[in-house]
Formats: sequence, C-alpha cells, structure tokens
Amino acid sequence: MTAAPLHFSGHSLHLDPAGALVWPAAETLVVADLHLEKGSAAARAGQLVPPWDSRHTLERLALLLRRYQPRTVIALGDSFHDDGGPARLAAADRSRLAALTERADFVWVQGNHDPAPPEGVAGLATPEWQHLGIIFRHMAVAKCAAEISGHFHPKARVATRAGEVVRACFVADSRKILLPAFGAYTGGLDVRAPAIAAHFPRGGRVFLLGESRLFSFPLGQVQPT
Amino acid sequence: MPGTLPELFTTWFAARGWSPRPHQLALLHAAANGENVLLIAPTGGGKTLAGFLPSLVALAHPRPAPTLHTLYVSPLKALATDIARNLMAPVQQMRLPIRIETRTGDTPADRRKRQRENPPDLLLTTPESLSLLLSLEDAPRMFAGLATVIIDEIHALAGTKRGDQLALCLARLAALAPTARRVGLSATVAHRKPLLDYIGSGAPARLIEIEEAAPPEIEMMLPEAHIAWAGRMGLASASAVMKRIVASGTTIVFVNTRAQAELLFQELWKLNADTLPIALHHGSLELELRRRVEAAMARGELRAVVATSSLDLGIDWGGVDQVIQVGAPKGTSRLLQRVGRSNHRMDEPSRAVLVPANRFEVLECKAAMLGIAARELDGDPPGPGGLDVLAQHLLLMAASAPFMPDEMFAEVRRAAPYAELSRTDFDDVLGFVENGGYALAHYERYRKLFRDSEGRIHIAGVRTARQARMNIGTIVEAPLLKVRLAGRRGQQLGEVEESFANALREGDTFMYAGRLLRFLRIRETTLECAEGGTGSPAVPAYAGTRMSLTTNLAARVRAMLHDPVSWGTYPEEVQEWLRLQQAYSELPGPEGLLVEVFPREGRWYLVAYAFEGRNAHQTLGMLLTRRMERLGYAPLGFVATEYVVGIWSANEPHNIAALFDHDLLGEDLEIWMAETSMLRRTFRNVAVIAGLVDRHHPGAEKNRRQVTVNTDLVYNVLRRHQPDHVLLRATWHDARGGLTDLARLQLLLNRAAARLSVRRLDRVSPLAVPVLLDIGRESVRTPADEDALLLETEALVAEVMAQPAPRTPRRRTVRKNDAPPLRKSVRA
Repeated sequence: MTAAPLHFSGHSLHLDPAGALVWPAAETLVVADLHLEKGSAAARAGQLVPPWDSRHTLERLALLLRRYQPRTVIALGDSFHDDGGPARLAAADRSRLAALTERADFVWVQGNHDPAPPEGVAGLATPEWQHLGIIFRHMAVAKCAAEISGHFHPKARVATRAGEVVRACFVADSRKILLPAFGAYTGGLDVRAPAIAAHFPRGGRVFLLGESRLFSFPLGQVQPT
Repeated sequence: MPGTLPELFTTWFAARGWSPRPHQLALLHAAANGENVLLIAPTGGGKTLAGFLPSLVALAHPRPAPTLHTLYVSPLKALATDIARNLMAPVQQMRLPIRIETRTGDTPADRRKRQRENPPDLLLTTPESLSLLLSLEDAPRMFAGLATVIIDEIHALAGTKRGDQLALCLARLAALAPTARRVGLSATVAHRKPLLDYIGSGAPARLIEIEEAAPPEIEMMLPEAHIAWAGRMGLASASAVMKRIVASGTTIVFVNTRAQAELLFQELWKLNADTLPIALHHGSLELELRRRVEAAMARGELRAVVATSSLDLGIDWGGVDQVIQVGAPKGTSRLLQRVGRSNHRMDEPSRAVLVPANRFEVLECKAAMLGIAARELDGDPPGPGGLDVLAQHLLLMAASAPFMPDEMFAEVRRAAPYAELSRTDFDDVLGFVENGGYALAHYERYRKLFRDSEGRIHIAGVRTARQARMNIGTIVEAPLLKVRLAGRRGQQLGEVEESFANALREGDTFMYAGRLLRFLRIRETTLECAEGGTGSPAVPAYAGTRMSLTTNLAARVRAMLHDPVSWGTYPEEVQEWLRLQQAYSELPGPEGLLVEVFPREGRWYLVAYAFEGRNAHQTLGMLLTRRMERLGYAPLGFVATEYVVGIWSANEPHNIAALFDHDLLGEDLEIWMAETSMLRRTFRNVAVIAGLVDRHHPGAEKNRRQVTVNTDLVYNVLRRHQPDHVLLRATWHDARGGLTDLARLQLLLNRAAARLSVRRLDRVSPLAVPVLLDIGRESVRTPADEDALLLETEALVAEVMAQPAPRTPRRRTVRKNDAPPLRKSVRA
C-alpha cells in the first residue's frame, strides 16, 4: 500500500488507497460515509443482500487503525446508513466497533443520513470538527477553504486504451478535499456531476483508488480523451 | 369422427382454394387423443394455424360456461399481437363464437381486470405475463378449465432463462389443469429429445415433423474489389448488395451486430440513387420505430430492411423474395432460420445470398453452405435450468398460494430443465428466498417467506408479493439511456448503453437509428441529440453475449482448410492465401492444434489456431497469458477472434507444450474468472433475476425510499464471507457455460495433447495476418488489469500535460511489494 502525499493548507497529509486520509502530524485518520447497516436497510426494503457489510467495513477500518495507530479517528458523517442503524448492528459488529473506539478517540461528524449522534457508540458527536485550521464536515460548503468533507461518494471515469475504468476517488484542490465513501455497500457519484464540479471551479485533481496505490489525474482530464 | 375436420372447416378451406395439410390433420388427431405434441416444421408450413386448429374446432359450438380454453405463449409480444389479428380472419369468416385476446405488459389495467374476472376463450401472451398471471391469488380459478397450451418458437426459448421460466410455469399449469394438453411449435432443430421433454413436462409427448420440401438455394457473393484480410462489417460489399436489392422484389439484409446494421444501412443509402425504400431494424431502436418498419414490411411497401437477430423470429411475411446475410453465418441452424424468412411457400425453395466480410469468413460461408446441404444442424442441447430463475418462481408461487416444499419440489422437477435438480439445490434456493440463506446471519426480521406449523410455505405479506410481481422477468439489460432528439416534441429513437453515452462530448457525432446525430447532453436517463453534425461519427456498440462460431461449423472449416482438393470452389485470392500458408508454414487440420511462433518488430508472437469461437478464445488468451508470465516470457497482450488466439510477448516462448498442458483449466481458471468483469456482470444478472436486488425501473429511482445497492459490491462481500452461497453457485454455473465455453476449451486441450504442431517462423505467416490486424479490440478485464491500464494512462496524461508523472515509472503490472513502505507508524 502506497499512500500519496498531499500538501494542504500548510499541512502534510496522506491519501491512502483504501480510501482514508491520514494526517501524521495530528495523529489523525479520516474516513467518510461508512454507511454501516446499509445491508439491513436494504433488507428492510425487501432486498436481502448479504448481511456482512458492517463487518466488512469495520474490518477494513481496523486494518487502517493497526497500520497508522492514530490517536484520533474522524468519521465524516453518514457513518450509519440511517438513524435506526445503531440499533440494528449485530452483537459481533457492536463489539468490533467498541474495540475500535477503545483504540482511538472517535469524532462522529453528523451526516444527512444519520443526523442524530449514534446511540451507544463511544466518541464525540458533532455537526462539524475543527483542528489546526482545518475544518471537517460532512458536506462541503461553497467557498469554504481548508475544508475536508465526504457526502458525495465521488467516483471518476478514466478513458484508457482498452476502454473506460471507473473507480471511487478523492477530489482535491488547494482549498478542499472530498473523500470517497468507505462503506462496503456505498455506490458513487461521477466527479463531473455539477454537485461536485461546483466545488472545484478552478479544477483540481482526482486520485482513483487502486489495489495498492492511487492513480492521479487532473480533474479536467477525467473524461473521454 | 374425432380427429377429422368438421364440414364448416372443410368448406372454409375449400373456399380459399386450400386443403388441410397432413400435419394439420395429425394435430387434430392428437388433440382428440389428448396427446401432448411437438410439431417441428420449416417456416411457412402453416404451423401456427395447425397449432390452433384443434382449439378452433373444439370451440366451434357455444359452451355453457365459457372459461379460458387455450393459452398461447410466444417469445415475442409483437408475435402474440399479430397472431391474434391473423386468427380473427377464420373466426369471423366461419362465425365462430370465440373470443380472442392478448395479454402482455402493454395491456391496459381495465382489460387485465376483466380478463381475470371473465377470461377469453383464447388468450395470447408471453412467458413474463404468464408468470404474473400464475402469481395471482385467483390463478387456480382462472386456469381450472384450461384445455390447451400452445408454445410457439419453442426452439428459441428452450435453453434460455426465459425458457426455464416458462418450463416452470408449464409445470404449474399442469398442476392447476391436469388434463390440459401442451402443443409445442418449433423450427427444425439439432436436438429433438430435449424439446419433447420440455413439452412433455413430466408426461410423454408425440413428435410430428415435416421435412422441408425444397432445400434452400444458397450462393456466396464476393465484394467487387479484393477480399479483405480482416474486419467484420462487410461494407466493401455494399454496392454488390445494393445491386441485389435493386434486382429483386423485397430483401432482408441480415447482419450480426447493431453497429454493423447502422453502418451498412448508411453505406446502402449512399448508393441508393433511386431512393428505394430501405429501412433499418434492430433491438435497441424504439419499439414504435420497429413496429412501423414491420408494418411497412407486411404491407409490402419496403424494398429492403437491414436487420439483426431482431427479425430472426416473427410473423411470416410471405412476400420476402431473398435474404442476404452479410458477415459470418456463425452456425447452420441460425442461418437456416434466417434463410427461412424468405419465400414462405413450402413447395418453392428459399433463396439466400451469403456475403463474407473477410477471408476466414469465405471459408465459414462455404462451410455453412455444405452444412445446410448435408442437413447438419448445430447448437448445443439446452443445459439445466437456472437456480436464479427458480428463486424468482418460488417467490411468485408463494404469492399465489401457500405450498408444501415436498410437493413444490416434485412439481418443479416435472419441468424438463429442472428434471435433475437436487433436493439440496432446491432447499438452498428456497432458503435464499425465505431469508437470504446466509450462514449464521439470517434476516429473521425481514424474511420473505414463513412456514406454518405444518411446514407449509406462506408469503410474508402483500408488500412482498407486490415487490415480487414488480420484478418478474429474466432479461436483464445493461444500464441504458434513452436517445431523444432535443426539443419539446423531440422524438424518442431508442436506447444506447450508458458507457457509450459517457464517452461522448458535446459536438461529437454518432450514427444511430439510421441517422447522423450530434451529441448535446445527458439529462438524467436521457441522451439528448440533434440531427446532423460533422466529423467522423461513432457507432454505439452493445455488450451482451455475441453468438460464437458453432462447434460443427468450426470442425467443417478445419477439415476444409486441410483438404486442398476442396479449394477449387474458393475465389482465387483465397486459394492463393492458403497455398502460401501451406508453403510457408502448414494448414491447421481437423485433428491436433497448430501453433505458430514468430518475431516481429521486437516482439514475439504466438498464434494458436484453435477454432473454438471468440468466448472460448478470450478465456484461453487470459489463461495462456498468466502461464506465460510464470514461465518468464513476459506476455504483453492478447487478441481473440472466432478462429484464433494471438499473444505477443517480450521474450520468446519456448515451451509451447507446457503452455497447452491439460491442467490449464485448473486452479488458475477459478482465480482469474472470479476477478473478471464478466463474472461480476453474470452475478448482477443472477442477483436481479433471483430477486436479491430490485430491478431497475426507469423513472422509479426518484423514489427516496428505495435503497440501491451496487451488485459489484455485494459480490465482493458475498465472495469473501460465503463463497458457496447458492447465488454464487448459480453465477459460476452461468459463467462456465456460454461466456467461457469451458467444454470447448477442454476439447481443444485434448486435441493439443493428441497432436501439437509448433511452427517456429522467421516472420508472420499468411494465415496469421488477420489476427494481427485485429489487435486492439477489447478483452475481458480484471481489477489488476485495470490498475495496469490506469497506470499507463496516468503516465500518458502526465506526459501530455508536461508535468512530472506522480512518482511511478512506466511498468507493466503493479505488484504489492513494488511500492516502498509508507513509514513504520504515525505514532512514534
């Protein structure tokens, strides 16, 4: 796994190919849109998809905690797919999550899917979080600088010699970073969609997630060449 | 006397100058004996009337309490509508007291309701609509009086998922109406027994077969210029095709892909000096446009129509004078079906012209002509029924009425595709429908079925039943966008795949529905465009399974190549090509496998003349590449055509025998296949059909309550946590069949083991030229391949943008250990 270095607002950050952001100086790991219990939400709607999505997501998060040993973990909202999510969490997954919150301080930024703080989960619930001049929130705010957010589940299409490749990605310029969704069942929104593009009027870069590294392209290049 | 035609009918026949055909009487006789029947007849044999005749006779007198007497099921909605219209003629002329109605997805709600309360005597429908009717609570009442079920074009249904669905419905009908007879109507097929079993549905069925009176007259037509080395479009023959159209009454020009249809249509219109009415017909065009073309064709207003398999089936048009097939015929059965679309009078031969697009296709056309002359049909016998289809069916049956698992298992096994279904598979499928069937983690709260104290299965509630009915069907489309001309009254032209639309930028032009269009924008699920534009237009391509060269035809081509005596009938250019090959290398033969190895422009090329079809060759190419990598030959890429596989590498491949060893289909295959885009696509289809995720209903995505889960992500999670889940088993089953053609690969490896002929050459051989020209076409991909592509593109873009590439030098593949560790730990 090779993380890509990124200088942002005077700080040195790293983007991990697993879809997380690492801030070494602040000993902080940032993830977005875990959407825990999306599987059971689908089941409730009559689609009995495999029930291991929370487990899958938490195991991947545990790996990152082992690798980076952060003091703080910031979850950028939509950590649960809906307000009923915490109650539906299976006992085993509940202990998986508890084990994680014992190893680091969790900041649960509130999202639009889970506006209330997660019940029975350790950590701090807050509408947004600020640290050393960087602001962390669920959904990007127009013209706000030094902001790291999630919400959009960005993905990018790259035209290659042998057809199009579509991957989840980070989007970044000097003022904003959007994180890809970390949850096992989270889909994506094309970075060319106006909702995302509007936040990057002067362009930016996308970093597509790969097996062991990221692939970086100018935002303007992520379309047919 | 039973089994003979009443006077009313003989008079009607006589008034038309007709007399009943022997097979029509035979069917009448079978009806009197209560027998199930499979009628195999060439097109134009009065097959449909034969199927209906016994019902018309039985219904000639008013019945005291009318019930649904005859159910007709056709694979095409349009066919059901046309047949209903055609049946009206005898019914009206003989003043028969018979009510005929159709029931398809287009039937308005009020008529559906009336059909349930007061069913017609004859109902014409499709497998999907039948499935829906059987899922209703009043299905037992509606079908109780059923006397006959007629299944049309059964050869096109058996062996497909729609065919599996229909077979299950037939088994259910047999339970609801035990005395009802089944009548199957089929074109000539290679395998009769599976169709007889299909019609029998657990009971015997009688075969009635009529031979074609006059064999078809088929000739080959070559382009006026030289015969191309490669390419599949056949556009060089457009002027020759145009001359044939001008010289004849009405022509159907069959092609193999929708893109080819668009291109050839444009090419013909460039040459259409007299502006003859020539139309276009393919499966992604708007239904309304297609219906208009079909209607114009039926009225005899068209001189020609360029069509894909969208016109393989359908109503007899009578007036078609010739069929022209442009491009590879692929198989004799399919060719016969297409040829049969011309001249629907039984005593006169059908006429067809084959137009090969390249040299290999000249051989293939010749092989097809010989195959037809020898009456050798091809096609694989239908395989076992899909477990995903069974899952859908079980939920729908529970929606109709509670059932006991043992009885349902027995009923399902009466359906021919499920005759060998194991109890374990049945129980696993039922378990999946019930609560997801996940090990150690059931969705008890969200179960769709529950069991009462006697073990009877019930559906969870009306909401579950409604959801099941919303998701009926076994055809799963790739994500599609509507194509519409911009403007308030912009005409809808049809649909293209999302990936094609995504590759267009404003101002780009493309060919579609026979027009030159300019891309404007994508708005939600619609691609908006305007007429006209400049530049070289793109042509939409469609994924989906393309038909592969059949085993029989491939064997004929190999035999012909190896027998110079037979070359005399080929064009001189082709003969010369083969003579050069013979002199320089050797010709592939009916036995063994020929492999050529030669250097070219700093690379090594390996060409295997496998002749097992494109699907099998793609799998073979991937497996060989992996093995070459392990042997240190540094493969760089491969290309698969219908006839050969070509691989290029940095180092010379030495040990060819090791490459083609019989263990090639071992563990490598599973590992590779599990990662491919092909398996993910297969899983998506299985997941939708089995009801794991909801079918995508255009327009319904606005519903905020709907949770959409990407099936690729589900696949990843399921594979990791329960690799033997019944849906993954169903996925593997599908993938091993059509898409990878593993059985054909096995045959190939056996041939290679028996006699492997390796030719090391100084340069490219004549026979290898076409495959080199085909390099650059798409192939099957895995995430690792995609990473390599991204890496390459990243470097390329960085180079073009004249800024330093982010760290990495250009490399062929990325391995986990290549990258240096980030650091030990953030926290010291």
